[in-house]
Amino acid sequence: MTVLDAPFAAPTAATAPSRAPAGDPTLTIDGAVKRYPNGALAVKGVDITVGQGELVVFVGPSGCGKSTLLRMVAGLESVTEGEIRIDGRRVNEAEPADRNIAMVFQNYALYPHMSVRQNLAYGLKNRGTPKEEIARKVEEAAALLQIGEFLDRRPSQLSGGQRQRVAMGRAIVRDPAIFLFDEPLSNLDAKLRTQMRLEIKKLQRRLGVASIYVTHDQVEAMTLADRIVVLNKGEVEQIGAPADVYARPASTFVASFMGAPAMNLMPAEVRDGMATHGELSCRAPGLPDGPVMMGLRAEAPDLVGPGEGTPFTVEAVEELGAARLVHGHMGDAEVAILQDASYPRPGASAGLRIAPEDLHFFDAGTGKRM
Amino acid sequence: MTLAAEPSAAAGSAGTRVRADVRPPRSNAWKAEAYHHAVLIFGVLLMMTPVATAFLSSTYDPVVIHNHGLQMGYGGNFASTYEAVLFEGSGFSGEVTGMLMLGNSFVLGLGFAVGKIIVSMLAAYAIVYFRFPLASLCFWTIFITLLLPLEVRILPSYEVVQSLGLLNSYTGLILPLIASATGTFFFRQFFKSVPDELLEAARIDGAGPLRFFWDILVPLSRTMMAAIFIIMFVVGWNQYLWPTLMTTEEGYFTVVRGIRQVMAVLYGSQVPDYNEALGMAVIAMLPPAIVVILFQRMFIKGLVETEK
Repeated sequence: MTVLDAPFAAPTAATAPSRAPAGDPTLTIDGAVKRYPNGALAVKGVDITVGQGELVVFVGPSGCGKSTLLRMVAGLESVTEGEIRIDGRRVNEAEPADRNIAMVFQNYALYPHMSVRQNLAYGLKNRGTPKEEIARKVEEAAALLQIGEFLDRRPSQLSGGQRQRVAMGRAIVRDPAIFLFDEPLSNLDAKLRTQMRLEIKKLQRRLGVASIYVTHDQVEAMTLADRIVVLNKGEVEQIGAPADVYARPASTFVASFMGAPAMNLMPAEVRDGMATHGELSCRAPGLPDGPVMMGLRAEAPDLVGPGEGTPFTVEAVEELGAARLVHGHMGDAEVAILQDASYPRPGASAGLRIAPEDLHFFDAGTGKRM
Repeated sequence: MTLAAEPSAAAGSAGTRVRADVRPPRSNAWKAEAYHHAVLIFGVLLMMTPVATAFLSSTYDPVVIHNHGLQMGYGGNFASTYEAVLFEGSGFSGEVTGMLMLGNSFVLGLGFAVGKIIVSMLAAYAIVYFRFPLASLCFWTIFITLLLPLEVRILPSYEVVQSLGLLNSYTGLILPLIASATGTFFFRQFFKSVPDELLEAARIDGAGPLRFFWDILVPLSRTMMAAIFIIMFVVGWNQYLWPTLMTTEEGYFTVVRGIRQVMAVLYGSQVPDYNEALGMAVIAMLPPAIVVILFQRMFIKGLVETEK
């Protein structure tokens, strides 16, 4: 029986202060509800603010309502209840074109019969912008995105990455209050995706325009976001800086969704301020008696020899190059841990040295952090 | 008339396809090739012999045709026959020339094609992009009219045109037939294949319904429009029953009616102008054939692929 001395709920070193943007928020979503005519609730009362120049990522599994929420902001879906304000102005009833937004679509949605130049200019033309100004803005955006040499080509003559740039150019020339990205990198291959991800981030910093970025890819969310909004079944699970969300997930859902590999979750029993799972015991002051979920990040424990720490049986090892993902059993819970130094053999007995501050506790019923 | 043009186009594309797909072993290559060519030549003969016979016979004197039947040689009267067909007045007034009838046929063909494209595009646009009550009922009602071809409803149609006072007018010829279930269906299918994001991007770019239609949908539908144009032009050009009923004035005669008109013998013992009738048939065949040949590539593209 290993007993760990737990300074419960200790602040983790990784916790970065959630950047509180100065000034009035660019976008306020106030109690937004989306109910479809068939009664299905896609968004169940969501409050989010996006500050000036802030990049907020909506992340969640498919069907969690993240795209619906973005489309409500864009004006492509009506708002059943609640209010959406852009720069302090209520836009619930405004047409998409009158909301001062720009959107980048997953499949780019470039007009196939127009040249890149015409694609960029179309929105401005419809707004009645003078010709010289359109030309100037198009040239500026093209220079910024390095698509100047493609201006007279059709979208079908461009590669995926180039089309993505054109789609962003179309958003930039509009000078919007807020950019909306709807899974813009999903159609690109892995290498290009990583590259474009960085470019989007740099570009957003440079332009300083508030942005919402929707993705189901938690790596994209972690790398891009100033703040992450984790959505599940139409509700906000957690809002916070990427490091915060990772270090202190607000629920078992967030714990298992954010981070690869997912956080290990195992049922434990609390009695008299001690949480117990098999051989592992930990002081959990302040927790009521009863069942809880105990969480452990894969990279948190150290793999040590048998007899030390909590007993752990190695079952399989996945090579990741820089590290190894070791799957095994700790008591009757399946646990995966990330190791960069040791090379355990499958079938070997070992031990896990777990620091008490690496354990997370969640309510066994609601899944909320305790 | 349609027959002459379309299968020859189809035979051409079938020929290239056979050659591309079937790669027989080298030793048997010439056999396979000979077989393919035999099939194609047979098809060409089947399609082109009547046309050639009509053309060659039209160069003979009507008396020769009357006595010896259709001719397969060149009779030498080409210029005189076709000049007579095109420029000589006929009919009661003596003012109905081939050129006039060609003009009428063009008005009918173009009016049909352009009118049907406009009407069916607008109908399909409404059905696909607007949510209005009973939209799908509307579509299926339009679609069901395919079961009621012109011949079935010709009397009520005549009654309507007559009561509107549109007999003997281009409007009366074209307008009642301008609604097209086929066209509406084709455009509906095409519009449904256009990605929704395009509409959404256009909305964000500030394009209203009319602008989206004009700036995005119409340019995207170009190949589709070409395909429908060909079909409808040929259909309009070949109309016989409808113009016969709607127009009694000779000034509205079309080429297709003209063929029959030439054959009508006015004076008891005179030999009908077989050569001119055949010449008229050849002339009537040409414009649809030319339209199909010119638009062939767009036509096939429009029917088999959707450009996105």
